[in-house]
Amino acid sequence: MEEKKAVPSFDKLIVASSPHIRAAETVDRLMWQVIIALIPAAAVSVYFFGIRSLVLMLVGVASAVLTEALVQKALKKEITIADGSAALTGLLLAFNVPANAPWWMVAVGAAFAIAVVKQTFGGLGANFVNPALAARAFMLAAWPQHMTGRFPVPLDSITAATPLAILKGTATGTLPSYLDLFIGNVGGVLGETSALALLVGGAYLIWQKVIDWRTPAGFIGTVALLTWIFGGKGGLFTGDPLYHVLAGGLILGAFFMATDYVTSPITPKGRLIFGIGCGFITVLIRLWGGYPEGVSYSILLMNLVVPFLDRWTLPRVYGVTRARA
Amino acid sequence: MELRTFVGGVHPAPSKERTAGSPIQAAPLPRRVVIPLAQGGAPCDPLVNKGDAVLVGQKIGESKAFVSAPVHASISGKVVGIETCLLPTGREAPAVIIEGDGTDTWIDSTGRKLEELSPESLKALIREAGLVGMGGAMFPTHVKVSPPPGKSFDSVIINGAECEPFLTCDQRLMVEEPEKIILGLKAWLKVTGAKRGYIGIENNKPEAISALKRAAADEKDIEVVPLRTKYPQGSEKQLIKAILGREVPSGGLPVDAGALVQNVGTTYALATALETGRPLVERVVTVTGTPVKNPQNLRVRIGTLVSDLLSYCGVEGEVGKIISGGPMMGIALPTADVPVIKGTSGILLLTIEEATTLPERACIRCGRCVDACPIGLIPTFLDQFCRKEMWDLAEDYHVQDCIECGSCAYVCPSKRHLVPALRLGKAEVLARRRRK
Repeated sequence: MEEKKAVPSFDKLIVASSPHIRAAETVDRLMWQVIIALIPAAAVSVYFFGIRSLVLMLVGVASAVLTEALVQKALKKEITIADGSAALTGLLLAFNVPANAPWWMVAVGAAFAIAVVKQTFGGLGANFVNPALAARAFMLAAWPQHMTGRFPVPLDSITAATPLAILKGTATGTLPSYLDLFIGNVGGVLGETSALALLVGGAYLIWQKVIDWRTPAGFIGTVALLTWIFGGKGGLFTGDPLYHVLAGGLILGAFFMATDYVTSPITPKGRLIFGIGCGFITVLIRLWGGYPEGVSYSILLMNLVVPFLDRWTLPRVYGVTRARA
Repeated sequence: MELRTFVGGVHPAPSKERTAGSPIQAAPLPRRVVIPLAQGGAPCDPLVNKGDAVLVGQKIGESKAFVSAPVHASISGKVVGIETCLLPTGREAPAVIIEGDGTDTWIDSTGRKLEELSPESLKALIREAGLVGMGGAMFPTHVKVSPPPGKSFDSVIINGAECEPFLTCDQRLMVEEPEKIILGLKAWLKVTGAKRGYIGIENNKPEAISALKRAAADEKDIEVVPLRTKYPQGSEKQLIKAILGREVPSGGLPVDAGALVQNVGTTYALATALETGRPLVERVVTVTGTPVKNPQNLRVRIGTLVSDLLSYCGVEGEVGKIISGGPMMGIALPTADVPVIKGTSGILLLTIEEATTLPERACIRCGRCVDACPIGLIPTFLDQFCRKEMWDLAEDYHVQDCIECGSCAYVCPSKRHLVPALRLGKAEVLARRRRK
């Protein structure tokens, strides 16, 4: 070869396995994307339920993040609060309480979600049920007076029964209009009332490929179908599916809780079945169960069968024709 | 028209623009070459001694083993030693070192007409020319074209996908030498007795597609197939699925699907051997990457040191990685003092910033690796099984079918090192099977 030119610097060579390039996506970015998608619903909540709503959300986030840091420090593990997962759990937990809930209940609930449900099983990626929903179940059992019954009404200081309770007949009151249900001008927990704001966030997550459409589609589709068939008082096919979809926590649960990566199936087919299963259990509880609402429990119950769904829905392996074990 | 492709895969940035338009240039003749004796199959025994004079194209190593390809001198000059050297594959092997005399004097050789060769003599020519798979695997070609008893090829596919980002050597050969690619393909059809020839090209290389369509206009048995641009479209199994709609059975070979897949460079080398009688002593190498001042496609003599190529192309700033091959499946080199071998398709340099990866985090089960896997595996499960040495489960979940394409690790938001874990599992499961 020709005369050698200046020898380039090769003394910092990294030797590592392929692939040598990685996509830009990170865990942190995914978690913060979900938090961004919850902002419209949070904003509507503050508008309808006042500054108290914002305080509860901040308490939830602060408690979750602080608990995560403390537990990780105590266990001498790397502190990973910057990944946004604890903040997301805290926010979702606050979304599940009414505006008149005491702040300390939210703080304890968020700490329970992180310390008991998430970190005792190994932290992010290792918990088998959704931390925010398990903590909601815990709060419901511990402080039922704050978690059920009459909830604050938007733009007012009074409380009223939730639309689903009225629909079920376990409480009395006037059913709000479809429009009020859609924009969120109804009683309920902080984050669930505005279908519009939640759909905007959910559409954003699907567009950004953060969540798989199969889970919410299977979930909401199943609830709509089954409530249409069985939800009416005048016999089969006289139900009001739109009301069942818009009222309660279905849209929040379907787009933001059932899609939690850690606690939902890893295969596309599994996610669809998971959504359908959630819808089925939700309708069972709403129509025939003891509670007016069943979204949380349906997701928690389906969380438990995720390992089975994963194994049951393994993709076909290239070049393998026989059925898999 | 719906473009043919496969299930799964990823879309890394092609990053080919710096070299896609630059015609192949001959690299300066190296003053010294290091020619490993093992380049495809069993290692060759040297046919020369220290001090011997050699001509370009002279056979300098051969093995009696069937699964082995001979090696040839790539410059004329004197053998100055036979020493152990580091290969771009990371292994060490003996190599013949030749100091050039600068005259580039070739052996006498004559071309042959494809029509006058029988399949058997064509196969002998392939072996004598030292042909191996030039996409990187370096499997001896005369073995690859010999089906096991009872099996046969009905189709030959030229792999013009070049799905690895950055690499453009195959693309340039297809654009510049389409007639020779067609000649090579006809030779593959003749040696295998296959009826149909295909050239699969990703649709981001329209120039290559039209050049080959023109060259194949009168060939009724040859079809140019545009493919969707998606990694790993150029993986043998995915290419066969996309073009023929067939699958290579798990644990089987492409011949079990009736298909022979050949690399563009190998096909070109066969055409050269036919037309000139000259063996494989040079190949096209894409030298590229951010730190490279003049990225280009170079015709390089086998045995040229990577450091010589980099000096010629120029390097700016500190280099974080030297990769032999593409960024998805290439091998990171510990030094630039390794020779270009028959399977070296590219030399890719990354800056320190580009080469530095984020720390590995826990899997969040997002399922991106499942969507990306072109084989239908659950890479994150296999990652856990392999790291915990749960080999039965790894086998149950088909770790041995992994093609190590790296799609799973590419999309992983937790930046898991999935490929080395699965590679380990594959080796372990196959070793256990052999012990049984």
